[in-house]
Amino acid sequence: MSINYMQAIRARYENLGYTPYRWFEADSPPPWTALTKPLAQSRLGLLSTSGAYALGQSAYHYKDDVSVRALPSTTAEADLRFSHITENYLVDARRDPNCILPLAPLRTLRQQGVIGELADSVFSCMGGVYSQRRVREEMAPALLEAFRAQQVDCALLVAM
Amino acid sequence: MCHQTVCLVARHLEANGIPTLCLGSALDIFNAGRPPRASFLDYPLGHSAGKPFAPADQLSVVRAALAGFEQITVPGTVARLVNDWGNDDWRAEAGATQGQDTREARDETPQFQLPADRDAALASGAIRA
Repeated sequence: MSINYMQAIRARYENLGYTPYRWFEADSPPPWTALTKPLAQSRLGLLSTSGAYALGQSAYHYKDDVSVRALPSTTAEADLRFSHITENYLVDARRDPNCILPLAPLRTLRQQGVIGELADSVFSCMGGVYSQRRVREEMAPALLEAFRAQQVDCALLVAM
Repeated sequence: MCHQTVCLVARHLEANGIPTLCLGSALDIFNAGRPPRASFLDYPLGHSAGKPFAPADQLSVVRAALAGFEQITVPGTVARLVNDWGNDDWRAEAGATQGQDTREARDETPQFQLPADRDAALASGAIRA
């Protein structure tokens, strides 16, 4: 049985005295864009919401930070760092970034021809943003422009 | 929260012409947020792309998730991946309705993983002293 996170988190913070968080519940069908070519010929973009940054970049702050980092897809694992409001989920990612930012598997899948190309830059953000309005109005449009600039055909979005 | 963010981002990208696939470990948040295509991996949060130091597991997770780009034809489908964490020890804590606030303090100071990262960001001009 999978965990019911919305219910558990709502109850946990109500028990701590917070007003219940209003989760996003879509009231319209998902939009849809068909792939224009097979995955094996597509240029893939990547977003991880794990708060990844590369050595030399700024870390994230934890008050609805909607900024985005572009990381070269060749970034060495030793140069990857993470900052996220729920740092308790980063214990393993800080030891092996691939469990949340799968650059090594994607390079392998590129070599195996499963994907056509991996974008030169991949993106990360700190997904623990409470303001759905700021995600919609600031983060999502910035990511759209970023993915367009990378000329991706499709994008894998990895949630933490 | 991260899963909610990816749902919102996926819907925006998809509405503007970029096909997306969300990979994550909170099935209920995906079901509520209804991204166009999603893969659900029943692992503890923080491991959406596989177990640490387990390249074969990571590769199979990412490969199976990406297959959704060509296999999912009904908008809003959440495909369940077959990978198994190996035990259920994590579930009680993950689903607990009692417990401490595990979030870090919310202010606008960048929270570097290591003190030396701040020096590197200062040196590159990414932040100012």
